[in-house]
Amino acid sequence: MHMRVTEKDVAHVADLSNLELTSEERPRMLRDLNSILEYIDRLNELDTAKVELTAQASGRFGAPSAEGSGRLDDASRDDVLEGLRESLPQDQALANAPGSDGTFFRVPRVIER
Amino acid sequence: MKLESLTIDAARAAVQEGKITAVALAEAFYAKIENDDPQIGAYLTLSKDRALVKASEMDTLAAKGEKLPPLGGVPVGIKDVMVTRGIRTTAGSKMLGNYIPPYDCTAVARIEAAGAVVLGKLNCDEFAMGSSNENSAWKPVHNPRDLSRVPGGSSGGSAAAVAADMAVVTLGSDTGGSIRQPASFCGVVGLKPTYGRVSRYGLIAFASSLDHVGPFAKTVKDAAIVLKTIAGRDPMDSTSTDVPVPDYLAELEKPAAGLKIGVAQEYLGEGLHPEVRAAVANAVETLAKLGCEIVDVSLPHTEYAIPAYYIVATAEASSNLARFDGVRYGYRAGDAKTLSEMYRRTRDQGFGAEVKRRIMLGTYALSAGYYDAYYLKAQKVRTLLTRDFEAAFKRVDAIVTPTSPTAAFKLGDKADDPLAMYLADIYTVTANLAGVPGISVPCGETKQKLPIGLQILGKHFDEATILRVAAAYERAAAKLE
Repeated sequence: MHMRVTEKDVAHVADLSNLELTSEERPRMLRDLNSILEYIDRLNELDTAKVELTAQASGRFGAPSAEGSGRLDDASRDDVLEGLRESLPQDQALANAPGSDGTFFRVPRVIER
Repeated sequence: MKLESLTIDAARAAVQEGKITAVALAEAFYAKIENDDPQIGAYLTLSKDRALVKASEMDTLAAKGEKLPPLGGVPVGIKDVMVTRGIRTTAGSKMLGNYIPPYDCTAVARIEAAGAVVLGKLNCDEFAMGSSNENSAWKPVHNPRDLSRVPGGSSGGSAAAVAADMAVVTLGSDTGGSIRQPASFCGVVGLKPTYGRVSRYGLIAFASSLDHVGPFAKTVKDAAIVLKTIAGRDPMDSTSTDVPVPDYLAELEKPAAGLKIGVAQEYLGEGLHPEVRAAVANAVETLAKLGCEIVDVSLPHTEYAIPAYYIVATAEASSNLARFDGVRYGYRAGDAKTLSEMYRRTRDQGFGAEVKRRIMLGTYALSAGYYDAYYLKAQKVRTLLTRDFEAAFKRVDAIVTPTSPTAAFKLGDKADDPLAMYLADIYTVTANLAGVPGISVPCGETKQKLPIGLQILGKHFDEATILRVAAAYERAAAKLE
Protein backbone atom coordinates (compact mmCIF):
# COMPACT_ATOMS: atom_id res chain seq x y z
CA MET A 1 0.00 0.00 0.00
CA HIS A 2 1.94 3.01 -1.24
CA MET A 3 0.36 6.35 -0.38
CA ARG A 4 1.48 9.41 -2.22
CA VAL A 5 0.83 12.84 -0.76
CA THR A 6 -0.30 15.47 -3.29
CA GLU A 7 -0.40 19.25 -3.15
CA LYS A 8 -4.11 18.94 -2.53
CA ASP A 9 -3.40 16.68 0.47
CA VAL A 10 -0.92 19.20 1.84
CA ALA A 11 -3.51 21.95 1.53
CA HIS A 12 -6.17 19.79 3.20
CA VAL A 13 -3.91 18.74 6.09
CA ALA A 14 -2.69 22.33 6.57
CA ASP A 15 -6.34 23.29 6.79
CA LEU A 16 -7.01 20.62 9.45
CA SER A 17 -3.87 21.69 11.34
CA ASN A 18 -4.81 25.38 11.23
CA LEU A 19 -1.53 26.26 9.57
CA GLU A 20 -1.34 28.91 6.86
CA LEU A 21 1.72 27.63 4.99
CA THR A 22 3.55 30.14 2.85
CA SER A 23 4.26 29.50 -0.84
CA GLU A 24 7.87 28.64 0.08
CA GLU A 25 6.79 26.18 2.74
CA ARG A 26 4.33 24.17 0.66
CA PRO A 27 6.73 22.46 -1.78
CA ARG A 28 9.19 21.70 1.00
CA MET A 29 6.41 20.18 3.09
CA LEU A 30 5.24 18.09 0.13
CA ARG A 31 8.73 16.72 -0.34
CA ASP A 32 9.37 16.02 3.34
CA LEU A 33 6.02 14.35 3.99
CA ASN A 34 6.45 12.05 1.00
CA SER A 35 9.97 11.10 2.00
CA ILE A 36 8.98 10.35 5.59
CA LEU A 37 5.78 8.49 4.69
CA GLU A 38 7.63 6.34 2.20
CA TYR A 39 9.96 5.27 5.01
CA ILE A 40 7.03 4.66 7.35
CA ASP A 41 5.38 2.39 4.77
CA ARG A 42 7.57 -0.49 5.96
CA LEU A 43 5.21 -0.95 8.91
CA ASN A 44 3.00 -2.79 6.41
CA GLU A 45 5.54 -5.62 6.33
CA LEU A 46 4.14 -6.64 9.72
CA ASP A 47 0.95 -8.63 10.13
CA THR A 48 -0.83 -6.99 13.05
CA ALA A 49 -4.33 -8.32 12.40
CA LYS A 50 -4.48 -10.16 15.72
CA VAL A 51 -2.41 -7.72 17.78
CA GLU A 52 -4.12 -5.43 20.29
CA LEU A 53 -3.03 -1.81 20.39
CA THR A 54 -1.00 -0.09 23.10
CA ALA A 55 -2.24 3.43 23.81
CA GLN A 56 0.05 4.07 26.77
CA ALA A 57 2.43 2.02 28.86
CA SER A 58 1.43 2.60 32.49
CA GLY A 59 -2.18 1.43 32.57
CA ARG A 60 -1.19 -2.11 33.45
CA PHE A 61 0.70 -0.88 36.50
CA GLY A 62 -2.10 1.03 38.17
CA ALA A 63 -4.21 -0.08 41.13
CA PRO A 64 -4.56 -3.88 40.93
CA SER A 65 -8.06 -3.78 42.41
CA ALA A 66 -9.64 -2.06 39.43
CA GLU A 67 -10.04 -2.87 35.75
CA GLY A 68 -8.97 -1.12 32.56
CA SER A 69 -8.38 2.60 32.89
CA GLY A 70 -9.88 2.41 36.37
CA ARG A 71 -6.52 1.00 37.38
CA LEU A 72 -5.12 4.48 37.10
CA ASP A 73 -6.23 5.92 40.45
CA ASP A 74 -7.85 9.32 40.39
CA ALA A 75 -8.52 9.03 36.68
CA SER A 76 -11.82 10.39 37.86
CA ARG A 77 -12.72 12.27 41.03
CA ASP A 78 -15.89 13.15 42.92
CA ASP A 79 -17.89 15.88 41.28
CA VAL A 80 -17.35 18.55 43.92
CA LEU A 81 -16.25 22.17 43.57
CA GLU A 82 -12.45 22.55 43.72
CA GLY A 83 -12.38 18.77 44.09
CA LEU A 84 -8.75 18.28 43.13
CA ARG A 85 -7.37 21.78 43.18
CA GLU A 86 -8.49 25.37 43.10
CA SER A 87 -9.36 27.01 39.81
CA LEU A 88 -6.98 29.62 38.49
CA PRO A 89 -8.12 33.11 39.60
CA GLN A 90 -9.30 35.28 36.73
CA ASP A 91 -6.45 37.77 36.88
CA GLN A 92 -3.87 34.99 36.63
CA ALA A 93 -5.79 33.29 33.85
CA LEU A 94 -5.72 36.54 31.84
CA ALA A 95 -2.15 37.47 32.73
CA ASN A 96 -0.61 36.04 29.53
CA ALA A 97 -3.44 37.05 27.22
CA PRO A 98 -2.32 38.69 23.97
CA GLY A 99 -5.65 40.53 23.96
CA SER A 100 -8.00 41.09 26.85
CA ASP A 101 -10.47 43.61 28.24
CA GLY A 102 -9.79 42.54 31.81
CA THR A 103 -12.69 40.11 31.85
CA PHE A 104 -12.56 38.22 28.58
CA PHE A 105 -9.92 37.07 26.12
CA ARG A 106 -10.37 39.35 23.12
CA VAL A 107 -9.90 37.98 19.60
CA PRO A 108 -10.64 39.16 16.03
CA ARG A 109 -14.15 38.70 14.68
CA VAL A 110 -15.44 35.15 14.71
CA ILE A 111 -17.90 35.36 11.81
CA GLU A 112 -15.96 35.60 8.57
CA ARG A 113 -18.48 36.54 5.94
CA MET B 1 35.40 25.77 45.27
CA LYS B 2 36.00 23.56 42.23
CA LEU B 3 32.70 23.46 40.38
CA GLU B 4 33.91 20.57 38.17
CA SER B 5 34.16 18.14 41.02
CA LEU B 6 30.87 18.96 42.68
CA THR B 7 28.38 16.19 43.19
CA ILE B 8 25.09 16.64 45.03
CA ASP B 9 26.56 15.26 48.26
CA ALA B 10 29.71 17.39 48.02
CA ALA B 11 27.78 20.60 47.36
CA ARG B 12 25.25 19.90 50.09
CA ALA B 13 27.94 18.93 52.60
CA ALA B 14 29.89 22.11 51.86
CA VAL B 15 26.81 24.22 52.58
CA GLN B 16 25.84 22.14 55.62
CA GLU B 17 29.31 22.49 57.13
CA GLY B 18 29.51 26.19 56.41
CA LYS B 19 32.45 25.82 54.02
CA ILE B 20 30.52 27.91 51.52
CA THR B 21 27.11 29.52 51.69
CA ALA B 22 24.45 28.35 49.24
CA VAL B 23 24.22 31.94 48.07
CA ALA B 24 27.97 32.08 47.31
CA LEU B 25 27.73 28.70 45.56
CA ALA B 26 24.86 29.91 43.37
CA GLU B 27 26.84 33.07 42.60
CA ALA B 28 29.87 30.98 41.62
CA PHE B 29 27.72 29.07 39.14
CA TYR B 30 26.26 32.31 37.78
CA ALA B 31 29.79 33.62 37.26
CA LYS B 32 30.67 30.44 35.35
CA ILE B 33 27.51 30.82 33.27
CA GLU B 34 28.34 34.44 32.49
CA ASN B 35 31.83 33.47 31.43
CA ASP B 36 31.24 30.25 29.50
CA ASP B 37 27.63 30.17 28.36
CA PRO B 38 28.02 32.74 25.54
CA GLN B 39 30.00 30.03 23.69
CA ILE B 40 27.71 27.17 24.65
CA GLY B 41 24.18 28.59 24.69
CA ALA B 42 22.76 26.27 27.35
CA TYR B 43 20.65 28.80 29.27
CA LEU B 44 17.69 30.75 27.93
CA THR B 45 16.55 32.43 31.15
CA LEU B 46 18.29 32.92 34.50
CA SER B 47 16.15 32.93 37.64
CA LYS B 48 18.47 34.77 40.03
CA ASP B 49 15.80 36.07 42.42
CA ARG B 50 14.25 32.66 42.88
CA ALA B 51 17.65 31.01 43.21
CA LEU B 52 18.87 33.42 45.87
CA VAL B 53 15.66 33.11 47.90
CA LYS B 54 16.03 29.32 48.04
CA ALA B 55 19.76 29.56 48.66
CA SER B 56 19.22 31.94 51.60
CA GLU B 57 16.62 29.59 53.01
CA MET B 58 19.18 26.77 52.93
CA ASP B 59 21.83 29.00 54.51
CA THR B 60 19.47 29.83 57.37
CA LEU B 61 18.88 26.11 58.02
CA ALA B 62 22.60 25.35 57.90
CA ALA B 63 23.44 28.25 60.23
CA LYS B 64 20.97 26.85 62.77
CA GLY B 65 22.71 23.49 62.51
CA GLU B 66 19.61 21.86 61.06
CA LYS B 67 19.96 18.99 58.60
CA LEU B 68 19.57 20.13 55.00
CA PRO B 69 17.14 18.28 52.74
CA PRO B 70 18.67 15.88 50.13
CA LEU B 71 19.38 18.60 47.51
CA GLY B 72 19.90 21.43 49.99
CA GLY B 73 21.78 24.29 48.35
CA VAL B 74 22.50 22.32 45.17
CA PRO B 75 22.37 24.46 41.98
CA VAL B 76 20.19 22.89 39.28
CA GLY B 77 18.91 23.80 35.82
CA ILE B 78 15.51 23.01 34.31
CA LYS B 79 14.76 22.26 30.66
CA ASP B 80 12.55 25.01 29.28
CA VAL B 81 9.70 22.59 28.52
CA MET B 82 8.90 22.41 32.23
CA VAL B 83 6.82 25.27 33.59
CA THR B 84 8.17 27.38 36.43
CA ARG B 85 5.80 29.76 38.16
CA GLY B 86 6.72 33.37 37.46
CA ILE B 87 9.75 32.43 35.34
CA ARG B 88 9.48 32.75 31.56
CA THR B 89 9.04 29.32 29.97
CA THR B 90 9.34 29.09 26.18
CA ALA B 91 9.62 25.38 25.27
CA GLY B 92 12.37 26.63 22.93
CA SER B 93 9.70 28.30 20.80
CA LYS B 94 8.67 31.77 19.65
CA MET B 95 5.12 30.56 20.28
CA LEU B 96 5.80 30.95 24.01
CA GLY B 97 8.40 33.69 23.84
CA ASN B 98 6.73 35.78 26.51
CA TYR B 99 4.87 33.10 28.45
CA ILE B 100 5.04 33.36 32.25
CA PRO B 101 3.48 30.22 33.76
CA PRO B 102 1.16 30.56 36.77
CA TYR B 103 2.21 27.19 38.20
CA ASP B 104 5.18 24.86 38.72
CA CYS B 105 5.91 21.52 37.12
CA THR B 106 5.60 18.79 39.78
CA ALA B 107 9.17 17.56 39.19
CA VAL B 108 10.46 21.11 39.70
CA ALA B 109 8.35 21.59 42.82
CA ARG B 110 9.71 18.33 44.24
CA ILE B 111 13.38 19.12 43.71
CA GLU B 112 12.88 22.62 45.10
CA ALA B 113 11.12 21.17 48.13
CA ALA B 114 14.26 19.04 48.51
CA GLY B 115 16.34 22.24 48.70
CA ALA B 116 17.55 22.60 45.12
CA VAL B 117 18.48 26.07 43.90
CA VAL B 118 16.97 26.62 40.44
CA LEU B 119 19.52 28.66 38.47
CA GLY B 120 17.51 29.00 35.30
CA LYS B 121 15.80 27.50 32.24
CA LEU B 122 17.72 25.46 29.76
CA ASN B 123 17.72 25.60 26.00
CA CYS B 124 16.14 22.78 24.02
CA ASP B 125 14.79 21.87 20.61
CA GLU B 126 11.43 23.56 20.04
CA PHE B 127 8.67 21.69 21.90
CA ALA B 128 11.24 18.95 22.51
CA MET B 129 11.25 18.03 18.81
CA GLY B 130 14.75 17.32 17.65
CA SER B 131 17.95 15.38 18.22
CA SER B 132 20.55 18.14 18.07
CA ASN B 133 19.18 21.29 19.78
CA GLU B 134 19.42 23.02 16.39
CA ASN B 135 15.63 23.47 16.34
CA SER B 136 15.58 25.94 19.22
CA ALA B 137 13.92 29.15 18.05
CA TRP B 138 16.44 31.14 20.10
CA LYS B 139 19.92 29.78 19.48
CA PRO B 140 21.59 26.40 19.06
CA VAL B 141 23.52 24.78 21.87
CA HIS B 142 27.19 23.93 21.33
CA ASN B 143 28.65 20.73 22.73
CA PRO B 144 31.03 21.73 25.56
CA ARG B 145 33.37 18.92 24.53
CA ASP B 146 33.68 20.34 20.99
CA LEU B 147 31.99 23.65 20.31
CA SER B 148 31.65 22.94 16.57
CA ARG B 149 29.38 20.01 17.35
CA VAL B 150 25.85 19.49 18.59
CA PRO B 151 25.19 18.50 22.21
CA GLY B 152 22.37 16.22 21.06
CA GLY B 153 18.71 16.88 21.66
CA SER B 154 16.17 17.74 22.47
CA SER B 155 17.56 18.30 26.00
CA GLY B 156 20.81 19.75 24.63
CA GLY B 157 20.98 22.61 27.14
CA SER B 158 20.39 20.27 30.09
CA ALA B 159 23.19 17.94 29.01
CA ALA B 160 25.60 20.76 28.16
CA ALA B 161 25.02 22.58 31.46
CA VAL B 162 26.09 19.52 33.47
CA ALA B 163 29.01 18.77 31.13
CA ALA B 164 30.23 22.38 31.37
CA ASP B 165 29.79 22.68 35.16
CA MET B 166 27.05 25.27 34.84
CA ALA B 167 24.76 23.21 37.12
CA VAL B 168 25.36 20.21 39.37
CA VAL B 169 22.35 18.34 37.99
CA THR B 170 19.60 19.26 35.55
CA LEU B 171 16.16 18.03 34.58
CA GLY B 172 15.38 17.14 31.00
CA SER B 173 12.64 15.32 29.12
CA ASP B 174 12.80 12.24 26.89
CA THR B 175 10.17 11.39 24.28
CA GLY B 176 12.32 9.47 21.78
CA GLY B 177 15.76 9.66 23.41
CA SER B 178 16.00 13.31 24.32
CA ILE B 179 17.73 12.68 27.65
CA ARG B 180 19.84 9.65 26.79
CA GLN B 181 21.20 10.79 23.43
CA PRO B 182 22.45 14.22 24.59
CA ALA B 183 23.88 12.58 27.72
CA SER B 184 25.80 10.28 25.40
CA PHE B 185 27.00 13.15 23.16
CA CYS B 186 28.11 15.31 26.09
CA GLY B 187 29.71 12.62 28.24
CA VAL B 188 27.34 12.76 31.21
CA VAL B 189 24.77 10.47 32.82
CA GLY B 190 21.17 10.74 31.63
CA LEU B 191 18.20 8.69 32.86
CA LYS B 192 14.79 8.12 31.33
CA PRO B 193 12.61 6.52 34.02
CA THR B 194 9.76 4.06 33.39
CA TYR B 195 6.66 5.69 31.91
CA GLY B 196 4.49 6.66 34.85
CA ARG B 197 7.39 6.75 37.34
CA VAL B 198 7.65 10.53 37.32
CA SER B 199 4.73 12.93 36.96
CA ARG B 200 4.37 14.78 33.66
CA TYR B 201 2.29 17.54 35.27
CA GLY B 202 3.83 20.82 34.18
CA LEU B 203 5.82 19.24 31.35
CA ILE B 204 4.63 21.03 28.21
CA ALA B 205 3.25 18.07 26.30
CA PHE B 206 4.79 16.82 23.06
CA ALA B 207 3.54 13.20 22.94
CA SER B 208 1.62 12.28 26.06
CA SER B 209 2.18 8.53 25.90
CA LEU B 210 5.92 8.89 25.19
CA ASP B 211 7.03 11.92 27.24
CA HIS B 212 9.15 11.37 30.36
CA VAL B 213 10.90 13.70 32.84
CA GLY B 214 14.36 12.62 34.02
CA PRO B 215 17.72 13.77 35.39
CA PHE B 216 21.15 14.59 33.97
CA ALA B 217 24.12 14.27 36.31
CA LYS B 218 27.85 13.66 36.38
CA THR B 219 27.48 10.46 38.40
CA VAL B 220 25.02 7.59 38.57
CA LYS B 221 24.50 8.29 42.28
CA ASP B 222 23.43 11.87 41.58
CA ALA B 223 20.97 10.66 38.94
CA ALA B 224 19.59 8.21 41.53
CA ILE B 225 19.21 10.96 44.15
CA VAL B 226 17.27 13.15 41.74
CA LEU B 227 15.11 10.23 40.61
CA LYS B 228 14.21 9.40 44.20
CA THR B 229 13.22 13.01 44.74
CA ILE B 230 10.98 13.39 41.70
CA ALA B 231 9.50 9.89 41.39
CA GLY B 232 6.14 8.81 42.73
CA ARG B 233 2.44 9.12 42.23
CA ASP B 234 1.02 12.57 41.49
CA PRO B 235 -2.75 13.05 41.54
CA MET B 236 -2.27 15.79 38.93
CA ASP B 237 -1.02 13.19 36.39
CA SER B 238 -3.35 10.25 36.13
CA THR B 239 -0.79 8.29 34.10
CA SER B 240 1.64 8.40 37.03
CA THR B 241 1.43 5.19 39.03
CA ASP B 242 1.57 4.39 42.71
CA VAL B 243 4.16 1.64 42.33
CA PRO B 244 6.34 2.19 45.44
CA VAL B 245 9.59 4.12 44.98
CA PRO B 246 12.48 1.88 46.13
CA ASP B 247 15.59 3.07 47.96
CA TYR B 248 17.67 3.51 44.82
CA LEU B 249 20.77 4.52 46.76
CA ALA B 250 20.87 1.21 48.62
CA GLU B 251 20.75 -0.62 45.28
CA LEU B 252 23.73 1.29 43.90
CA GLU B 253 26.17 -0.29 46.31
CA LYS B 254 25.23 -3.83 45.35
CA PRO B 255 27.75 -5.56 43.08
CA ALA B 256 26.64 -6.45 39.57
CA ALA B 257 28.03 -9.99 39.78
CA GLY B 258 25.42 -12.60 38.99
CA LEU B 259 23.20 -10.30 36.95
CA LYS B 260 22.29 -11.45 33.45
CA ILE B 261 23.04 -8.79 30.85
CA GLY B 262 21.44 -9.07 27.43
CA VAL B 263 23.11 -7.94 24.22
CA ALA B 264 20.73 -7.54 21.29
CA GLN B 265 22.08 -8.11 17.79
CA GLU B 266 19.52 -5.72 16.33
CA TYR B 267 21.30 -2.85 18.11
CA LEU B 268 24.71 -3.73 16.67
CA GLY B 269 23.92 -3.67 12.96
CA GLU B 270 24.44 -1.37 10.02
CA GLY B 271 25.04 2.28 10.64
CA LEU B 272 26.79 1.77 13.98
CA HIS B 273 30.07 3.69 13.97
CA PRO B 274 33.04 1.30 14.48
CA GLU B 275 34.45 3.31 17.39
CA VAL B 276 31.08 3.23 19.15
CA ARG B 277 30.81 -0.50 18.50
CA ALA B 278 34.26 -1.03 19.99
CA ALA B 279 33.56 1.09 23.08
CA VAL B 280 30.32 -0.76 23.78
CA ALA B 281 32.02 -4.12 23.27
CA ASN B 282 34.67 -3.07 25.81
CA ALA B 283 31.97 -2.05 28.24
CA VAL B 284 30.31 -5.45 27.88
CA GLU B 285 33.74 -7.03 28.54
CA THR B 286 34.03 -4.95 31.71
CA LEU B 287 30.62 -6.13 32.88
CA ALA B 288 31.60 -9.74 32.17
CA LYS B 289 34.75 -9.26 34.27
CA LEU B 290 32.56 -7.97 37.10
CA GLY B 291 30.80 -11.31 37.12
CA CYS B 292 27.81 -10.56 34.91
CA GLU B 293 26.56 -13.29 32.60
CA ILE B 294 26.36 -11.97 29.05
CA VAL B 295 23.40 -13.39 27.14
CA ASP B 296 22.50 -12.95 23.47
CA VAL B 297 18.93 -11.74 23.13
CA SER B 298 16.81 -10.74 20.19
CA LEU B 299 14.43 -7.80 19.91
CA PRO B 300 13.14 -8.72 16.46
CA HIS B 301 10.87 -5.74 15.79
CA THR B 302 13.54 -3.10 16.47
CA GLU B 303 13.73 -1.96 12.83
CA TYR B 304 10.07 -0.93 12.98
CA ALA B 305 10.49 1.29 16.01
CA ILE B 306 11.39 4.51 14.20
CA PRO B 307 8.46 4.41 11.78
CA ALA B 308 6.06 3.49 14.61
CA TYR B 309 7.51 6.25 16.77
CA TYR B 310 7.18 8.92 14.10
CA ILE B 311 3.51 8.08 13.67
CA VAL B 312 2.58 7.89 17.34
CA ALA B 313 4.69 10.87 18.43
CA THR B 314 3.61 13.18 15.64
CA ALA B 315 -0.05 12.17 15.93
CA GLU B 316 -0.04 12.94 19.64
CA ALA B 317 1.91 16.15 19.03
CA SER B 318 -0.60 17.36 16.48
CA SER B 319 -3.26 17.05 19.14
CA ASN B 320 -1.19 18.52 21.99
CA LEU B 321 -0.03 21.51 19.99
CA ALA B 322 -3.55 22.39 18.86
CA ARG B 323 -3.86 24.50 22.00
CA PHE B 324 -1.37 27.06 20.69
CA ASP B 325 -3.74 29.36 18.89
CA GLY B 326 -2.95 32.90 20.02
CA VAL B 327 -6.07 33.16 22.19
CA ARG B 328 -5.10 32.73 25.83
CA TYR B 329 -1.30 32.97 25.99
CA GLY B 330 1.80 33.12 23.85
CA TYR B 331 2.35 34.57 20.42
CA ARG B 332 -0.48 36.07 18.39
CA ALA B 333 -0.11 37.12 14.74
CA GLY B 334 -0.73 40.83 14.52
CA ASP B 335 -2.36 41.26 11.13
CA ALA B 336 -5.33 38.90 11.29
CA LYS B 337 -8.78 40.26 10.54
CA THR B 338 -10.72 37.13 11.42
CA LEU B 339 -10.37 34.47 14.10
CA SER B 340 -9.53 31.84 11.51
CA GLU B 341 -6.77 33.99 10.02
CA MET B 342 -5.44 34.58 13.53
CA TYR B 343 -5.23 30.85 14.27
CA ARG B 344 -3.53 30.02 10.99
CA ARG B 345 -1.04 32.85 10.93
CA THR B 346 -0.24 32.62 14.64
CA ARG B 347 0.62 28.97 14.19
CA ASP B 348 2.53 29.36 10.94
CA GLN B 349 4.57 32.26 12.35
CA GLY B 350 4.95 31.01 15.92
CA PHE B 351 6.09 27.46 15.14
CA GLY B 352 9.40 26.51 13.53
CA ALA B 353 9.81 24.25 10.50
CA GLU B 354 10.34 20.97 12.34
CA VAL B 355 7.33 21.52 14.57
CA LYS B 356 5.13 22.27 11.57
CA ARG B 357 6.44 19.23 9.74
CA ARG B 358 5.51 17.01 12.68
CA ILE B 359 2.10 18.58 13.15
CA MET B 360 1.37 18.00 9.46
CA LEU B 361 2.58 14.39 9.58
CA GLY B 362 0.60 13.68 12.72
CA THR B 363 -2.56 15.29 11.41
CA TYR B 364 -2.26 13.30 8.18
CA ALA B 365 -1.80 10.05 10.13
CA LEU B 366 -4.95 10.73 12.14
CA SER B 367 -7.12 12.06 9.34
CA ALA B 368 -10.18 10.27 8.01
CA GLY B 369 -9.15 7.45 5.73
CA TYR B 370 -5.65 7.17 7.14
CA TYR B 371 -6.18 6.58 10.87
CA ASP B 372 -6.28 2.77 10.59
CA ALA B 373 -3.38 2.54 8.16
CA TYR B 374 -1.10 4.73 10.23
CA TYR B 375 -1.97 5.50 13.85
CA LEU B 376 -3.76 2.27 14.67
CA LYS B 377 -1.09 0.27 12.88
CA ALA B 378 1.69 2.03 14.78
CA GLN B 379 -0.04 1.37 18.11
CA LYS B 380 -0.17 -2.33 17.30
CA VAL B 381 3.51 -2.34 16.34
CA ARG B 382 4.08 -0.72 19.72
CA THR B 383 2.58 -3.82 21.35
CA LEU B 384 4.97 -6.04 19.35
CA LEU B 385 7.96 -3.97 20.51
CA THR B 386 6.80 -4.16 24.12
CA ARG B 387 6.42 -7.94 23.84
CA ASP B 388 9.98 -8.16 22.47
CA PHE B 389 11.25 -6.53 25.67
CA GLU B 390 9.05 -8.63 27.94
CA ALA B 391 10.27 -11.83 26.30
CA ALA B 392 13.91 -10.74 26.58
CA PHE B 393 13.47 -9.71 30.22
CA LYS B 394 12.33 -13.22 31.08
CA ARG B 395 15.91 -14.26 30.30
CA VAL B 396 17.98 -11.25 31.40
CA ASP B 397 17.91 -8.54 34.07
CA ALA B 398 19.04 -5.69 31.82
CA ILE B 399 19.97 -5.09 28.19
CA VAL B 400 22.96 -3.00 27.11
CA THR B 401 23.20 -1.21 23.79
CA PRO B 402 24.98 1.79 22.31
CA THR B 403 22.96 4.93 23.13
CA SER B 404 23.48 6.40 19.68
CA PRO B 405 24.96 5.05 16.43
CA THR B 406 27.56 7.82 16.38
CA ALA B 407 29.21 10.38 18.61
CA ALA B 408 28.24 14.05 18.32
CA PHE B 409 27.97 15.30 14.74
CA LYS B 410 28.81 18.78 13.51
CA LEU B 411 26.29 21.61 13.71
CA GLY B 412 24.47 21.82 10.37
CA ASP B 413 25.34 18.26 9.29
CA LYS B 414 21.80 16.88 9.33
CA ALA B 415 19.85 20.13 9.16
CA ASP B 416 18.53 19.57 5.63
CA ASP B 417 17.55 15.95 5.98
CA PRO B 418 14.79 15.37 8.53
CA LEU B 419 14.76 11.62 7.95
CA ALA B 420 18.52 11.32 8.60
CA MET B 421 18.00 13.19 11.86
CA TYR B 422 15.15 10.84 12.83
CA LEU B 423 17.34 7.77 12.24
CA ALA B 424 19.77 9.03 14.90
CA ASP B 425 17.17 7.96 17.48
CA ILE B 426 17.26 4.36 16.42
CA TYR B 427 18.48 2.90 19.73
CA THR B 428 16.46 5.09 22.03
CA VAL B 429 12.87 5.24 20.72
CA THR B 430 12.12 1.62 21.61
CA ALA B 431 12.26 2.43 25.33
CA ASN B 432 9.75 5.25 24.90
CA LEU B 433 7.34 3.07 22.93
CA ALA B 434 7.56 0.23 25.46
CA GLY B 435 7.80 2.50 28.51
CA VAL B 436 10.86 0.71 29.93
CA PRO B 437 13.54 2.69 31.79
CA GLY B 438 16.93 3.45 30.27
CA ILE B 439 20.11 5.16 31.40
CA SER B 440 23.07 6.37 29.35
CA VAL B 441 26.50 6.39 30.98
CA PRO B 442 29.80 7.49 29.43
CA CYS B 443 31.83 4.51 28.16
CA GLY B 444 34.77 6.00 26.34
CA GLU B 445 35.71 8.44 23.62
CA THR B 446 36.35 8.43 19.90
CA LYS B 447 39.80 9.21 18.54
CA GLN B 448 38.58 12.81 18.26
CA LYS B 449 37.87 12.75 22.01
CA LEU B 450 34.13 12.77 21.57
CA PRO B 451 32.11 11.02 24.30
CA ILE B 452 30.42 7.67 23.64
CA GLY B 453 27.43 6.48 25.65
CA LEU B 454 26.42 3.05 26.87
CA GLN B 455 22.70 2.55 27.26
CA ILE B 456 21.31 0.17 29.89
CA LEU B 457 17.64 -0.76 29.55
CA GLY B 458 15.60 -2.44 32.27
CA LYS B 459 12.23 -3.89 33.11
CA HIS B 460 9.30 -1.63 33.86
CA PHE B 461 9.81 0.00 37.29
CA ASP B 462 13.18 -1.71 37.70
CA GLU B 463 15.31 1.46 37.69
CA ALA B 464 17.06 -0.12 40.68
CA THR B 465 18.72 -2.77 38.49
CA ILE B 466 19.81 -0.42 35.72
CA LEU B 467 21.23 1.99 38.31
CA ARG B 468 23.01 -0.91 39.94
CA VAL B 469 24.59 -2.03 36.64
CA ALA B 470 25.42 1.57 35.72
CA ALA B 471 27.07 2.25 39.09
CA ALA B 472 29.08 -0.97 38.97
CA TYR B 473 30.24 -0.14 35.46
CA GLU B 474 31.07 3.43 36.52
CA ARG B 475 33.25 2.16 39.39
CA ALA B 476 35.03 -0.36 37.18
CA ALA B 477 35.57 2.12 34.33
CA ALA B 478 37.06 4.66 36.75
CA LYS B 479 39.59 2.05 37.88
CA LEU B 480 40.62 1.42 34.28
CA GLU B 481 41.50 5.07 33.67
